[in-house]
Amino acid sequence: MTPADPTNIRVILATDCGSTTTKAILIQLVGRVYRQTHRGEAPTTVEAPFADVTLGVINAVTEVQELAGRRLVTSEGRLIRPATATEGCDIYISTSSAGGGLQMMVAGVVREMTAESAKRAALGAGAIVMDVIASNDKRRPHEQIQRIRELRPDIMLISGGVDGGTTTHVVQIAELIAPAKPKPRFGSEYTLPIIYAGNRDAAPLVQNVIKEGFALTVVDNLRPVLERENLGPARDAIHDLFLEHVMAHAPGYDKLMGWTDAPIMPTPGAVGNILQTIASRQGINVVGVDIGGATTDVFSVFDGTFNRTVSANLGMSYSIANVFAETGMANVLRWVPFEMDERELRNRVKNKMIRPTTIPQTLEALVFEQAVAREALRLAYVQHKAFATTLRGVQQQRTVGDTFSQETSGQTIIDNMKLDLLVGSGGVLSHAPRMHQTAMMLIDAFEPEGFTRLAKDSIFMMPHLGVLAQVHPQASLEVFERDCLIYLGTCVAPRGAGRTGRPCFRFSIRTGGREESGEMVYGDLRLVPLEEGETAVVTIDPERGVDCGEGPGKRVEREARGGTVGLILDARGRPLEIPAARDVGRKAVEQWVTALDLYPELALTLTRRS
Amino acid sequence: MSGAYTPGLTVTARKRHQVRRLLPIAGEVLVNVGDQVEARQVVAHTFMPGDITPLNLAKQLSMPPADVPECMLKKAGERVEPGEVLARTKGIFGRFRTEYKAQVAGTIESISSVTGQVIIRGAPLPVQVLAYLAGRVVDVVPREGCVIESGVSFIQGIFGIGGEAFGGLRLACEAHDQELTGARITPDMKDCIIVGGARVTHEALERARSVGVSAIVTGGIDDEDLEEFLGYPLGVAITGSERVGLTLVLTEGFGEIAMAERTFTLLASRQGADAAVNGTTQIRAGVMRPEVVIPWGREQAVDAREPGTTRGGLEFGAPVRVIRDPYFGLIGTVTDLPSEPQVLPSGSRARVLQVTFSTGDGVIIPRANVELIEG
Repeated sequence: MTPADPTNIRVILATDCGSTTTKAILIQLVGRVYRQTHRGEAPTTVEAPFADVTLGVINAVTEVQELAGRRLVTSEGRLIRPATATEGCDIYISTSSAGGGLQMMVAGVVREMTAESAKRAALGAGAIVMDVIASNDKRRPHEQIQRIRELRPDIMLISGGVDGGTTTHVVQIAELIAPAKPKPRFGSEYTLPIIYAGNRDAAPLVQNVIKEGFALTVVDNLRPVLERENLGPARDAIHDLFLEHVMAHAPGYDKLMGWTDAPIMPTPGAVGNILQTIASRQGINVVGVDIGGATTDVFSVFDGTFNRTVSANLGMSYSIANVFAETGMANVLRWVPFEMDERELRNRVKNKMIRPTTIPQTLEALVFEQAVAREALRLAYVQHKAFATTLRGVQQQRTVGDTFSQETSGQTIIDNMKLDLLVGSGGVLSHAPRMHQTAMMLIDAFEPEGFTRLAKDSIFMMPHLGVLAQVHPQASLEVFERDCLIYLGTCVAPRGAGRTGRPCFRFSIRTGGREESGEMVYGDLRLVPLEEGETAVVTIDPERGVDCGEGPGKRVEREARGGTVGLILDARGRPLEIPAARDVGRKAVEQWVTALDLYPELALTLTRRS
Repeated sequence: MSGAYTPGLTVTARKRHQVRRLLPIAGEVLVNVGDQVEARQVVAHTFMPGDITPLNLAKQLSMPPADVPECMLKKAGERVEPGEVLARTKGIFGRFRTEYKAQVAGTIESISSVTGQVIIRGAPLPVQVLAYLAGRVVDVVPREGCVIESGVSFIQGIFGIGGEAFGGLRLACEAHDQELTGARITPDMKDCIIVGGARVTHEALERARSVGVSAIVTGGIDDEDLEEFLGYPLGVAITGSERVGLTLVLTEGFGEIAMAERTFTLLASRQGADAAVNGTTQIRAGVMRPEVVIPWGREQAVDAREPGTTRGGLEFGAPVRVIRDPYFGLIGTVTDLPSEPQVLPSGSRARVLQVTFSTGDGVIIPRANVELIEG
């Protein structure tokens, strides 16, 4: 891997090897800016009978080659480099989540402190955390050992204790792991990598316990003092071991690693990278979500702090039944504006689970699937908010002024009022027939407050751009701004609750030569046309007790940017509540569906019925 | 993508079938190439390291961890039995000594002077691998297991619960669209693999369990009944480890759905034969579907395609089954394959095909919503 000089890079080829599909994109210097020009995809070929990931990569790149009219692969299946005027690319980069991605097990002494920091490090590096072992996880030692024996992680991360603190507890954890001899996923030839990132004084003792059959790496403590996390060294070690051990054992990856000009990154790790880059460049708070068939990933950057969670069993096909098990049928059906037979729905959901590649053919099936998506996203965000907190276990100095403040450590740092940009990706959001549907799924599930810009990553390009940011940040940012996101518009939603029909806020919108003003009552939802590239000055005068960003009852004036959907004024209240009585709730949802013109065909049917 | 359809499930009267039967860790293989084996025969065995029991002696005997090694009466590597004194404190001037008696049997694996923790490892756990498929051993993987081959009738299901099970094949329904109720299950079906038609009811499942039926193969089930039978809602389709008293294999899916007539006819034709089933289902990367394997004995079986099946891709005339509403479960043939994507009633654009049913009705369906009927 000898990265080319960024100034000489004109053609970039990037792939993302997912569990089922390998996606390739071509980025080219068009005039003076980088643009994403073509894309292609092919089934991933990690499993038998192919068992070589590079076959899927070549197939996906071949599709790009055909579409671009530019030869990228030789007849022997090699990538052509460097680029000439008519063929080849200058650099090739890739991410991977094939074979279930990077699966880790983490351990710490106290579940809410070092174990949680370890989990944050693993998730931030793009791993799926299979389990968290801690001295106080309420399991008895033999139950913990049994669990360690059952799971087959790719890497283990052990943390515990602050530097200079007690060594006993973390050594005790190591003493459980060593004899349990966890089996790695990739067969008996594979030596399980373990990272130790705990109390530095305990490192020699841990080394003494974890010897044969493991590859132990010792890095700096990820929680050197209670008040501070130091996740960088552990995350770097995870990335290195991911390449050295995990990827090297996956079929064809040794070859793929030889092709790439930058280290292969786990897909979610790359998404985290690009979101952090954008948040820091633009000085904004961002939430990103990727909803897949099996899992839902939520990423957030608030005031520069990055968090990522994986809701391992919330998804739209493989895990759809679990969404129901967690939320219940009533919560899903509350988003559906017509009656459905519950017994039949239960069977439908299970049939989708066992035949995960099917797609909704009827409008009724689509409405139902999007209702499920709202609940999956909502639950994933609830889990994210519970995880993205200030550090727990930190002593706080209180003054007299804090006497009446109930703030403690471990509070969520997610504040929807401060959220500037909400980005959605994944099949059900990206492939929704109408952008309005995508926007409303995001609003209903995440309940943004104040002024929030909505966008979707239509072809899930963020992983490619995340790894590109490491090699060529300028190209990565240019493509992100121009081609990656499709801006849907801006949602304006005040925080507060009131009875349906009561005044919520007055608004005035000035754009170009036009001005519109009016009043919104509780329960109202209104779409104001505001095209992509257009901006409007929006003034909100909230009622008493209603807050749109400047405090209850205070006027807010902000610039709002348009998009493919427009400007959405949402006076349904926060937290968003749908009347529990099915008839009343259905009427409310029907009104919202009509206001946003979510399903034009359905609106006709509903009108005819009424 | 050209492959945007679901590969079908295999249902075939005759095929040569191979199974790899491997130990989870290295051990001893008990068969040789050329041996004829029975389904329940052990072909390989080994011992897994025993369970470990951690014991914090520093806490138990209220002493500093560093003192634990010298108070131990047994050393690492030695065996200990329940009730045996494991450690004794030094006491004060040799008096007031406290001792700790072992609660479990095993071998002492380690004694820690840092934490005061003693690890005792229990007796090795035996692991056996059965042949599963009655047939001939065609390959031996040294220290791991073997490959067995046999001519079989082979039916892949869509979803199952429970692991491997064996028994004689018995019909409990007379037609592919007949519901499998409790009344159809009789005491003489004990240890049998019974074949239903359409949906199996909860009452039938309970009756089968009480009678001692080995496995049920049927068309469908109501999700509500499955939840009641399992005792919990099923979240993800990763099954096989349930211990519910029998194995269940669904050939079609959830709801009021009849078993495909061809599948039922094939199972009916093999009534009385010894069969093996496995309900293990994993619908993730590395898909595993449940199966019914019915060996033909020493009779030769050759791979042969049956009428009404295909082994090609999605092509004109290919028999397909619709796997999503509004035509869920219907079987027809492909009569058109438009290359351009079309707008569906849902508003999505997708690649579609035309399927014509036996009634002569032709409908447009997304390619993703059909599966090939493969022989």
